[in-house]
Amino acid sequence: MQRLDRRIGLLSALPLAALLVLSFLAPLLLVALFSIMPQKVFTIAHLPDFSAYAEVVSQGYWRSLAWSIGMAVAATTILFVICWPLAFAMAKVFKRFTLVLTIGVVMTLFVSENIRLFGWVLTLMKGGLIEGHWRYWTGEGFDGLLYNVPVIVFGLVYVYFPFMLFPLAQGIAMVPDDARQAAADLGASRWRILREIDLPLAAPGIVIGCLLCFVLSAGAIAESKLLGGQAVIVIGDEVETAFTYGQNWPLGSALSMVLIVIVGALALLAINRVDLDALLGRRSS
Amino acid sequence: MLQSVPDDTKPEGAQAPSTAPARETILTIAGLRKTFGAFTALDGIDLKIAEGEFLTIVGPSGSGKTTLIRILAGMEEPTEGAVLLRNTRIEKVPANQRPTCMVFQSLALFPHRSVGENIEFPLKIRGTDRAERKTRALELLELLRLPADYYAKRIHECSGGERQRIALARALAFDPEILFFDEPLSALDYRLRKTLEKELKDLHSRTGKTFVYITHSLEEAMVMSDRIAIMRAGQFEQIGTPNDIYTRPRSRFVAEFMGEVNLFPLTAEAGSALRLAPGVVDTKAGGLLMARPEVLRFLSAGQSAPVEVEGKLEAEYNLGGRLQYTVSTGIGPVTVEVLRDQRPAAAIGAQVRLGTDPADCHLIADA
Repeated sequence: MQRLDRRIGLLSALPLAALLVLSFLAPLLLVALFSIMPQKVFTIAHLPDFSAYAEVVSQGYWRSLAWSIGMAVAATTILFVICWPLAFAMAKVFKRFTLVLTIGVVMTLFVSENIRLFGWVLTLMKGGLIEGHWRYWTGEGFDGLLYNVPVIVFGLVYVYFPFMLFPLAQGIAMVPDDARQAAADLGASRWRILREIDLPLAAPGIVIGCLLCFVLSAGAIAESKLLGGQAVIVIGDEVETAFTYGQNWPLGSALSMVLIVIVGALALLAINRVDLDALLGRRSS
Repeated sequence: MLQSVPDDTKPEGAQAPSTAPARETILTIAGLRKTFGAFTALDGIDLKIAEGEFLTIVGPSGSGKTTLIRILAGMEEPTEGAVLLRNTRIEKVPANQRPTCMVFQSLALFPHRSVGENIEFPLKIRGTDRAERKTRALELLELLRLPADYYAKRIHECSGGERQRIALARALAFDPEILFFDEPLSALDYRLRKTLEKELKDLHSRTGKTFVYITHSLEEAMVMSDRIAIMRAGQFEQIGTPNDIYTRPRSRFVAEFMGEVNLFPLTAEAGSALRLAPGVVDTKAGGLLMARPEVLRFLSAGQSAPVEVEGKLEAEYNLGGRLQYTVSTGIGPVTVEVLRDQRPAAAIGAQVRLGTDPADCHLIADA
């Protein structure tokens, strides 16, 4: 009976599993294959070589990669620092207000990222909301606040805010109040409790939040395009250019592969260190 | 003649603990009040705890005992009143600056730390070096009869009873002046609880520390305590030694809380079922005559006793070592407990007489 159940279970999981394989693994495989094709070909029916990777190294694409990863690290760090107190309050202090806050933050996701970023463009640009008012009141204008690296990081922080906030709140909710009180009772200061109890016990939420924000930020294009102008070119932008304007699919694929490998390795490293089951409530302890 | 304890005496005054007269007072609680909005959790608590004493605070849920211990441990601030640790006021001192420590109901062990790291936690906070911490942790494991190889174990690999001991070891590692316990045994099964009760009592005498223990279980209180304080609706109903409280409760509440009891109202109508020899008790004063089930015995024909109750034998319950009977009388059902060899000759349904001596009874003033 149990065996039959299991067989039926496997059978009914099959269509979805097939869909996942096709939609997730197949494109990845295709990109991997294209990355080892000669330059500027449009099929995978060629002898493989590593000329695309050579191009990645020789043409200084590492600079875009470094900008992307650097800004992703900065955005993730800032997000963690600003979200921690808020997430703590949501999990432990606010009662009904947590729901209001959750709905408020989730609502922003209902509007397209690009439209929200355009909102910021209109706010920050020369002649926009801020500079325009400034000029009106003081008579002296400035160049606007767009087209620099900090504003790109600001854009990343703004867009990925919910992706840090909710996992953190979830993680902090897992820290038993008793453990925190017991630590205080045993003489630990607030700072010690944060280090010894809160951070390690909320680690699954921290890792998931940081990972989401880092991975999404590292591959983000819109923030650097809309807010950053041409201040820096991010890796996602380079990939897009190679596939479209450059008509060099193998180069685009090779750039993608480099990004995927770096981000994937970091993700695996991080996930290995936390107990995801605990966060998802599969095991109680 | 039996006389009830006058009502206007303070609990401490009337029930001066026979066990702790000479010892120094370590903790003084004076006029403690705590309100949560309109709800009064503690309504004027006064208590002195002697150094090295095992004091148990017992009460039904909602009586305010958890609030009291949280204030004593520093996790809540009282609305009014003072807590003094050796003459220093501490009621506003936060928990992490008090030289006291609490064992939580949930135990509150740190799941991400090993057994050893849990025990060493308070030492680590104090900056004790690693080698010394480990030595102390191993000593404590031994004191609590846990094998030394538990040092490296994870918390989730330990059983309920082992976790209990680890929580105790961690609290002892802190070397507190007073150790508070918030119903730490309530989640364990009966047999383990019995074992740990005895171990706790044993640990108390070996360490010589002051233990303040909270429970809703009368049995736990009886087995372990030097003194018991009974709490009801935010106040102490009675404070005294386990024997005092069991045999001489001040009120119906305490009498009933401390186990099975027969309370005979001393009114004129009771006369038909309850027969008292002249001079045993002043019935005109009213009140309740208390007789625990084990002080009553079946009287055979011709036998008599200074205090007698008559009724119909209703039911027999086997308690293992003892037998318990319910006798329905004109003043309500009466419970009797006798040893196996004192089983009554009468069959179920027959009329029986029960008797006892005034010395085994107690007079409660409030009706």
